[in-house]
Amino acid sequence: MSITDNEFSATRRLVLKGAGTVALAGLGVISFDLPAAFAAANDKYPEEAFKQKSEADAVKLLYGRTAELSDKVKMDAPEIAENGAVVPVSVSTTLTDVTSIAFLVSENPNALIASYKIPAGTIPSVANRIKMAKTSNVIVIVEAAGKLYSATKEVKVTVGGCGG
Amino acid sequence: MASTIRVRATSNGDTTEVQALIQHPMDSGFVKDARGQIIPPHFIQELTFEYDGKAVFVADWGGGISKDPYVKFAFKGGKKGDDLKVSWVDNKGATDTTTAKIQ
Repeated sequence: MSITDNEFSATRRLVLKGAGTVALAGLGVISFDLPAAFAAANDKYPEEAFKQKSEADAVKLLYGRTAELSDKVKMDAPEIAENGAVVPVSVSTTLTDVTSIAFLVSENPNALIASYKIPAGTIPSVANRIKMAKTSNVIVIVEAAGKLYSATKEVKVTVGGCGG
Repeated sequence: MASTIRVRATSNGDTTEVQALIQHPMDSGFVKDARGQIIPPHFIQELTFEYDGKAVFVADWGGGISKDPYVKFAFKGGKKGDDLKVSWVDNKGATDTTTAKIQ
């Protein structure tokens, strides 16, 4: 009696194990396929873009194209930031049909700082505070009517806040 | 626990100006602590503002945003007394939500 019980549960375990493996394999396939599908959608958090070292790579991953300098993009950033941990930067633009605004710092370990989605009805103007590892160009990208416009400003970062 | 999010939304009848201040370490993953150990990345990835069931502003953030982040924007519409919903999720899956009345 006890032998049959054991045999039964052994088989049952095997079956369950098999089912588990199949289920896992199935999940594996799905999780490999999904990122590519999601990358096309614009509303997903752009994880890869945030990992890029250079601003060019980050912009390419984020938008798939390059930006042109435009005087219609107004960036407000300090000439000298005494504390690189908190640098206030804001941007506004007279461009219409703005769909997103991104902030990048070229000398930071990861260039992309922030990417803001601007739905219709939201004013294309954002202020935030960013970290800067050292003196660097701060780049703002504005996506308007499917095109990219940018503004760049060098911000000097002084260590220790002594002006040296 | 008190909310990590402080929001002020003021309407001038035409547009609503929103300022938000959030308590969060925003560790980039590139900074070492006093013992020389890397502080692991811990930062808000997505911050969403919703009015009337629609997102009016979405921020995708990396570790380059300053500690205790501040953000300011404005949108057209928004009536005094209406709700503005704010929520964030960080890279460890933690989240917080608050609802502010437009003033």
